[in-house]
Amino acid sequence: MKQRVLVLYLATSSLDDRVVGWASYDGTGRTNPTTGDGEQPPYATGTDALRDGWRLFQASQLIPPYPGHEYDTSFLKHEFFFEKVE
Amino acid sequence: METTSHLLSSVLMARFAAQGFLRLDAVVPDDLNAAAVEALERGIPGVPYGIPLNVAFPDGSFTRRLVDLPPVAGALRSLVGPDPAVDHLAVHVREPNEGSAQPLHGDAIIDTRRDAFDVQLMYYPHDVTPEMGGTLLVPGSHLRLTNESDTGRYQNLLGQVRLTCPAGTVLLLHHGIWHGGRRNDSARRRYMFKIRFNPTAPQVRLWDTRDLDDPAVVAELSTTFPWYEHATGRLEIYNRIALWRTLTGDDTFDIEHWATRVHNRPGRTA
Repeated sequence: MKQRVLVLYLATSSLDDRVVGWASYDGTGRTNPTTGDGEQPPYATGTDALRDGWRLFQASQLIPPYPGHEYDTSFLKHEFFFEKVE
Repeated sequence: METTSHLLSSVLMARFAAQGFLRLDAVVPDDLNAAAVEALERGIPGVPYGIPLNVAFPDGSFTRRLVDLPPVAGALRSLVGPDPAVDHLAVHVREPNEGSAQPLHGDAIIDTRRDAFDVQLMYYPHDVTPEMGGTLLVPGSHLRLTNESDTGRYQNLLGQVRLTCPAGTVLLLHHGIWHGGRRNDSARRRYMFKIRFNPTAPQVRLWDTRDLDDPAVVAELSTTFPWYEHATGRLEIYNRIALWRTLTGDDTFDIEHWATRVHNRPGRTA
């Protein structure tokens, strides 16, 4: 069995919110996704990916800001990992 | 070097503060582009870290001619002042059909300065077509505190810029912007020449400020980008307010009361 991984970054912590970023990694070797290779996300929302058969296996936690760094911005916060195994 | 008439406007400075980059399309003339390609193929001599710009490059060299072009010189003066230092320079080459892209990254290491910034000049001496894998830029990413290629997991962000441009285009980037060289799927070698500049004086009102009160300034600073998460996008505006206060020396500047509101503590001084 080989795993395909889809990572979606959403506009809020809600899985049905819109996709703002994406990445994919293909364990089957059929495709070679890479940085900057697309303009449009594969799905409009996280739930759209579920409906297409992707299984969610990790979602980022909601972590309070560190005191004194409440206004800092850094990595994308709402990261969801999906897989298909074939 | 004639720069005064080519200083950036406040609107363009605000665009830089919001987007983290400016582009000057086809600003370099054809003869200099041709000289640049030859020079890049030969290799560009390095310079000592921190050398003053006014002595870094010999008269007549393509690098001297490039930085002395009035639109380039005026933009640099507006961003990093009249006597910047050259941090370093580099020739970047994306080989034909090379099969991979750079991971998304910010140059150097995490840089927490909020009251100063470096500028990176990226110069493209030939046309960059979509299949040549032009530089990937993420508008509005420059104020995010991340370290170098730790962002490599992000392959695509909505609204990213996959640069295509005519020959002679120059980009001027805030040091923090997320970027990367895309995969070159063409049969042609792609060149990009980069120079990083350090300011040597406070970066306050170095541009042509006559339009400082133009409503377009606030409009530029209020720009959001499709890849922003809803809540974090608001923090980006807040951080731009802080940057614009630094650039203008105006501690009262605000957008829709956002900074004023969260600092209002009647009766308290600290």
